Amino acid sequence: MYDKTVRRRRAVLVLLVVCSLILLTAYFGESPGSPLHSVQRGFLGVVSPVQDGASRALKPVRDLFGWFGDTLDAKKQRDELQKELQSARKEAIANAAAARDNVALQKLVKLDTQIGTDQMNPVTARVITRSPTLWYSTVSINKGTSSGVKVDQPVINGDGLVGTITAASGNSSIVTLITDHTSGVSALVNESGVAGVVQPAVGNPNDLLLQYIRRGDQIAVGQNVVTAGSKSARYESLFPPGIPVGRVTKVDNQELDVYQRVHVKPFAQLRKLDIVQVLTAPQGAATP
Amino acid sequence: MTAGGSTPKLVIRVVVLALGAALLEIVAVSQISVFGVNADLTPLVVMSIGLLTGSVSGAAAGFGMGLFLDLALVQTLGLQSLIYTVIGYAAGRIRELRDPQGAIVPLAAGAVATAIATIGYSIVQFLLGVDAPVSFLLVRDILTTIVFNTVLAVPVFAVARRWLTPALPDDPARRRRRAYTTGGLSPLSRA
Repeated sequence: MYDKTVRRRRAVLVLLVVCSLILLTAYFGESPGSPLHSVQRGFLGVVSPVQDGASRALKPVRDLFGWFGDTLDAKKQRDELQKELQSARKEAIANAAAARDNVALQKLVKLDTQIGTDQMNPVTARVITRSPTLWYSTVSINKGTSSGVKVDQPVINGDGLVGTITAASGNSSIVTLITDHTSGVSALVNESGVAGVVQPAVGNPNDLLLQYIRRGDQIAVGQNVVTAGSKSARYESLFPPGIPVGRVTKVDNQELDVYQRVHVKPFAQLRKLDIVQVLTAPQGAATP
Repeated sequence: MTAGGSTPKLVIRVVVLALGAALLEIVAVSQISVFGVNADLTPLVVMSIGLLTGSVSGAAAGFGMGLFLDLALVQTLGLQSLIYTVIGYAAGRIRELRDPQGAIVPLAAGAVATAIATIGYSIVQFLLGVDAPVSFLLVRDILTTIVFNTVLAVPVFAVARRWLTPALPDDPARRRRRAYTTGGLSPLSRA
């Protein structure tokens, strides 16, 4: 009787571990359109209404806990914003003169460099779930293919770039954040035009790395990083040009390294996403 | 499932507990940040199920809960289910081998379960290949989450016990111990 119980217990463990390993191996080797991915999208379509309902019902609870955290953060943010306001005032004076020149130049070359996201058919969506792991990789939103959302479309919020759509079902989609380890965004420093690729520092949602910047390129702390958009017909970017990504916080310039390592703090607060926009017709980006 | 066998009532209660906890985690708890991290109830619930019902049901509940998370969050299938199977089985074996009764047991088991969940997830991610650089803050966040979850382990275990106890089959070893400690089989009471 005892032997039978032990054998059954071990058999169940082995069976479950083997099932997990088979799923892991099969899923990892599959392309995004394959059966396991389809099952996952189907499941997402089924559970997303439940998740959406539960998310709405529990919003007051989240807000209550969020209020405590926000109050603690508010003082620190106020001090930081006061400093930013002072420097922004100085910049605004300098920018006013530059803006006049810019308008004149735009008229001359008939070039509209505005981002104009309102012309990219933005679909506003609410974040309904968040991956509980520490890798800050995905969130799900309550808009899907029925609203025109498709895989590879860029996602932004009021602060800047958030990520891309990596899976979409009827009424929900998965957004892979720019802090996911698979993410890479072609970007440039707005002030100097120096281009690189923004990658995450996995585990730290407040630090992105602008990679492949040559040592000779001049980059200063406080400069802004925006998406580069389409630069090559062969390797088109998924993102339209000019979407704010973040601000340079630190430049590592080691003597032995070929490239500089530029640290960028993302504008979007990826821990506190609530409302986002999916750009369903991103102009100047690769068509998803 | 347990030493005394499973009942349909117990299976239903385990399923409801696992699904409810997984939903609560992804729609609410994961969005509440405290000291920069969020609590993860799911390994605590799997640990509690294992500690209360045994290794087989713990492993099965862990596998099911992990699979649900992998499917609902469109993550790599099999990743969480593998880790949670191990947690559920290990917690169940603790019950079967030692059957500890101390108040510190869920605390310690919760810390170990969270450590297995967070470190195991990171190790498997590394094995599958990570192109991007990894921040040292990940280590800090793992440690903070373990501490945070350890504090939550006791109330989570208490809720799980309250929910599952009415459906648990009566365990003779437990009944003997309970009777002894409450005086039922005490030599003093017989004297």
